[in-house]
Amino acid sequence: MNLADSVTPEGPPKQDLYEKRKGVYPKAVNGNFRRLKWAIMIVTLGIYYVTPWIRWDRGPYAPDQAVLVDLAGRRFYMFGIEIWPHEFYYVAGLLIMAGIGLFLVTSSVGRAWCGYACPQTVWTDLFQHVERWVDGDRNAQIRLAKSPWTPKKAAKRGMKWTIWLLIAVATGGAWIFYFADAPTLFVSLFTGEAPFVAYGTIGVLTFTTFALGGFMREQVCIYMCPWPRIQTAMMDEKSLTVTYKEWRGEPRSHGVKRAQENPGAFGDCIDCNQCVAVCPTGIDIREGPQIGCITCALCIDACDKVMDQIDRPRGLIDYATLESSELEASGAAVPSLKRTIFRPRTLIYFALWSGIGLAMLFAVGTRDRLTINAIQDRNPTYVQLTGGQVRNSFDIKIRNMENRPRTMTLEMQGLEGGVMWAGSGSREQALRAFEITVPADQLLNTRVFVAAPYEGEAREDFAFIVTAPGSEEDEVAIESARFSRPGAEE
Amino acid sequence: MAEKRVDEPTGTDFVGHEWDGIEELDTPLPRWWLIIFYACIIWAAAYTVAYPAWPLINSATQGVLGYSSRAELAEDMAAVEAERAPLREAIANIAIEDLPADEQLMQTAVQGGRSAFVVHCVQCHGSGAAGSAGYPNLNDDDWLWGGDIAAIEYTLAHGIRNPDHDETRVSQMPAFGADGILNSRQIADVVSHVRTLNGAEEASAASARGAELYTANCAVCHGENGGGDRTQGAPNLRDTIWLYGGDRAAITDTVTNSRFGVMPRWGHRLDPVTIRMLAAYVWSLGGGEAPPVAVENEVAAEAPSDEPG
Repeated sequence: MNLADSVTPEGPPKQDLYEKRKGVYPKAVNGNFRRLKWAIMIVTLGIYYVTPWIRWDRGPYAPDQAVLVDLAGRRFYMFGIEIWPHEFYYVAGLLIMAGIGLFLVTSSVGRAWCGYACPQTVWTDLFQHVERWVDGDRNAQIRLAKSPWTPKKAAKRGMKWTIWLLIAVATGGAWIFYFADAPTLFVSLFTGEAPFVAYGTIGVLTFTTFALGGFMREQVCIYMCPWPRIQTAMMDEKSLTVTYKEWRGEPRSHGVKRAQENPGAFGDCIDCNQCVAVCPTGIDIREGPQIGCITCALCIDACDKVMDQIDRPRGLIDYATLESSELEASGAAVPSLKRTIFRPRTLIYFALWSGIGLAMLFAVGTRDRLTINAIQDRNPTYVQLTGGQVRNSFDIKIRNMENRPRTMTLEMQGLEGGVMWAGSGSREQALRAFEITVPADQLLNTRVFVAAPYEGEAREDFAFIVTAPGSEEDEVAIESARFSRPGAEE
Repeated sequence: MAEKRVDEPTGTDFVGHEWDGIEELDTPLPRWWLIIFYACIIWAAAYTVAYPAWPLINSATQGVLGYSSRAELAEDMAAVEAERAPLREAIANIAIEDLPADEQLMQTAVQGGRSAFVVHCVQCHGSGAAGSAGYPNLNDDDWLWGGDIAAIEYTLAHGIRNPDHDETRVSQMPAFGADGILNSRQIADVVSHVRTLNGAEEASAASARGAELYTANCAVCHGENGGGDRTQGAPNLRDTIWLYGGDRAAITDTVTNSRFGVMPRWGHRLDPVTIRMLAAYVWSLGGGEAPPVAVENEVAAEAPSDEPG
């Protein structure tokens, strides 16, 4: 038995494994949701472009950029908050908040992220506006796409791609300002003195923006992005989504005249196809909820306009939940929007989200800006001195996380008769405490020798205490340590 | 193949191989794959011309670019050396006594010394420089030949009891038992006295007899009170630090047979800067002493060891 035997000559026609992309030429539309999308585009792009240029005074020892990811210096600055690498869990907390925030948004208002705020949507929208400005609206675009390559077409394509490219360069160009001092980097970009990684990053992001926003577009949402799948699983019967009310629209009347001639025989949908024409992902919302729908709600705007024209109530296509759709179709009362949004599931998400946020704010507000760490030298653990005393040595790390140099006092607690001196000093200066200056926003690593009388426990606990002037009162950090004497290794 | 058959759905020929009803199709390679394949072949051919590649009987083809990984390494090493040259020069030119005060230079020297130490010194002194029986602990403040940085540098350069070297540090304790200077009872008495010096034993009749023998035989080098003498490498007997062990058996062995610990001289093996770096590292381990004051008298030299153990 083989494949050839089982295939009859009059079998199914040969099929391509891949379907060629069908062009999508969304038509311009006006309406409430279009205005909302404009507003969100302006706000999100504004945040993206403006943020790195905001200044924030942190004194002479730290950068004055409000938001800065300083990879070389291993610091993350965000307005009044500075994060060291060992505090990276705050970033993890932010990511968890972002995750729960998306759960919250998805369970209440569906794929609002996809429809309004996702960079892919925002940049594609921007690119489509450019396309309309250069090529004209939907029909002109289709005509141009089908027309042979004439000088006029080449000029239009060249102009469109040039504008796209400029936007793409600006996109990548803005990204790098988050990682270095923006004004300095901006100047060095043009003088050719910026590091290669800056140009490389701009290059990569220019390419991705140009390709994803200009050509891949809805294919990113439908084939590449995992989030639509996750969101689909997260939505339930009480999540809002863009819905065609087929119980009201069907059967379609293919024109106002037929509906007027046969009152009652047809639904409100006149099959004008405006909802399809304006769709940026090229789907037909009347086929029901589907993975291709990013819920941008532009079809609602288009349909509402038509309903106004034919004098029918708005909302043939509208935001609705699965539950309210069923109720409305059967003629029952529809629960209010408030009850749809405020329900246990969304309230629990909100409680989690805000709980984590408040906990992090509290933790950031009360965290230590001074830490001390002492590691005993273990090779050898102790040394006998000619005077009979025993000496241990410790590697002490003091972290000054404030943006100013601080002169601190390092002292010993416990270990009777013990004295200590800095590795750079000498035993003649041995004391119970000494002063040490830690540079601004740095970790100081220093060796400290501790000597104590021979008599005592083989392992004796004591502590190093560092006291630093704080903004209001003194900050104190304690590190417990252990002093070893002969016999400690037994 | 006897017959040529075509797979209907794909229009591709069968190769003729079949496993459990699954047959292999003669699908042509994608063009991009072939292009990359040919490009790789061309690349490989060009590579064997440009770089050392084909093995010959005694060597290999050298390649037209003249590349060798050994030369590349030498280049990298030279670059590192060139980078370090100013610091090494500064270390070479500074007076050794002033080195510890120059914080940055001292840090460089200590780090360089640490690297050299793990190569040349750990075999005897141990990775933590804590030594073992016969090999001094370099962390403590008990120095046989002096613990200021210049003395350490001298010891490193010239060694201890190095044969065939005039400037080496040298001293020899007599083998009191083996050479018949003292009999075994007298040696036992001396050992008792020595052990009272740091408090390991209570004074006794034996130690009193030993004290007389000590004054006659030992005090000339180890000092009247047992404080030792660094000018001739005579150990301080009043502390609890013993190079060969401080129990009766070990001290008896030392007095009877003497010891003759040797440290190699490094002056002819290592460059002067490396020796300085090693001196800085050993000095920094915790026992380093300040340079001796210019006018030094014997009382001052013995004073630090008068503390009871």
